[in-house]
Amino acid sequence: MSDPRIAGAGVTNFGKHPERTGRDLFAEAGLEALDAAGVDPEDVESLYYGNFMGELAEHQGHQGPLMAEAIGLDVPATRVEAACASAGAAIREAVKTLRNGESEVVVVGGAERMTNIGTAAATDALAIAADDLYEVRAGMTFPGAYALMARSYFDQYGGSHEDLAHIAVKNHEHALVNEHAQIRKEITVEDALEAPTIADPLGLYDSCPITDGAAAAVLTTEEYAAEHDLDAPVAVTGTGQGGDNLALQDRPHLAQTPAADKAAEEAYADAGIGPDDVDVAEVHDCFTIAEVLAIESLGLYERGEGISAARDGKTTRHGDRPVNLSGGLKAKGHPVGATGVAQLATIAWVLDGSHPRADAVPDGTVGVAHNAGGTVASTTVHVMEVKE
Amino acid sequence: MTDQAPDGEYDAWLDSIEAGEGYYLECGNGHGWLPPRRVCPQCHDRDLSREGLPDSGEIASHTTITVPTPQFEDDAPYVTAVADFGPVSVTGVVRGADPADVALGDVVGLEVGERATTGDRLVVFRPR
Ligand SMILES: [Zn+2]
Repeated sequence: MSDPRIAGAGVTNFGKHPERTGRDLFAEAGLEALDAAGVDPEDVESLYYGNFMGELAEHQGHQGPLMAEAIGLDVPATRVEAACASAGAAIREAVKTLRNGESEVVVVGGAERMTNIGTAAATDALAIAADDLYEVRAGMTFPGAYALMARSYFDQYGGSHEDLAHIAVKNHEHALVNEHAQIRKEITVEDALEAPTIADPLGLYDSCPITDGAAAAVLTTEEYAAEHDLDAPVAVTGTGQGGDNLALQDRPHLAQTPAADKAAEEAYADAGIGPDDVDVAEVHDCFTIAEVLAIESLGLYERGEGISAARDGKTTRHGDRPVNLSGGLKAKGHPVGATGVAQLATIAWVLDGSHPRADAVPDGTVGVAHNAGGTVASTTVHVMEVKE
Repeated sequence: MTDQAPDGEYDAWLDSIEAGEGYYLECGNGHGWLPPRRVCPQCHDRDLSREGLPDSGEIASHTTITVPTPQFEDDAPYVTAVADFGPVSVTGVVRGADPADVALGDVVGLEVGERATTGDRLVVFRPR
């Protein structure tokens, strides 16, 4: 089975662009990806597009064809929705389509416009990724759900808010050189601990910001890349997806994310690697505790040990296996439906040496991207490897 | 209060709690769920029976939410918790306790209250 190549990627600057329409955000990222790939637009055969809250934020459904049109394509275009893992799920569809011979060139991407509706409405919109009847109606917010998971983690495995603060400090530091990042500001552990509480034990600096932005990538078959002499050294060699009960109340553990365990196992098996082979990871740190749960589910750390990885310097850019060199969702920003493809772009750029933090893993050949939806009721994991 | 159609078995479940006859659904293998369910997501069993909810549960996790959605604006700050009732866990808002005093393992009873912001019905935990 041939491994799809990442021929090119593009991301907008992430941040507050309330006046920019979703279609314009996606057009910028999509055209940048097509230019970077150097493929003839006529060769593109389909678009898989991630978006979560388009109906609420822009009163816009049916975004697939709209976004294809925005990047000048007349191709079958499908919107994929899996909450914050929408773009990861879109990547998976693209990979399957390329592998089964259905297409040779596919554009995958995502966009989200969020800041135009304000913080309160965005909080409301994000909450609908939870179970409406049993969670949202009991006052559950997105930060509130992760706060429940954090408290349960501390109770089960130990750790403290200070450990989480080290994750925020790390990801802010990583983002300092990322020109696409929403927040490029160094913070201290004290800053994080003193920040206002959102949902205890989580505070403002445990949370990703609300972000407008888009990301896109052009994926081709290995054969197409070779025939057209594309500069596409990084391949997607493994894909996995897992699910879980939507509501936290229906899960046996609040401090574990089995959907991500399943996605990681499948992606590693697909790629023929194990967690020890991973050189670098981009994980879904919508909240600091989410990074802990992610690196444990990816098998990079044992249960209960992920909490201290940032504090001990293991996941910083100076550590043995850096996590979130982009700044993560925490500092890079989290335009929900775009995040999975922004992660894929980051890993491709880190592995091909063009990312400003690529010097953290000069010999790195294997990267993983972990994209989680809601309270990790959906997770995709993709393995990417340098092929030549 | 929003004037809209009830949400089937969910609203019927709230009615049952208000009537002091709260229940859960149990499959043949003892897995517990809250309605509506037609099949056990864990073992595929479709033979679900109504069983009485235990009288009290224990707080499994809790958080004091200070940044709410607009639908809970006048309720904040409030404590949302997951309480373990044995065969099922339930999510609700803790009332009748200082948020700072809520702790893991606290024993709570289950009742139906009202959301301050909108008047909608709300699952409420009250310390026992
Ligand atoms: Zn069952």
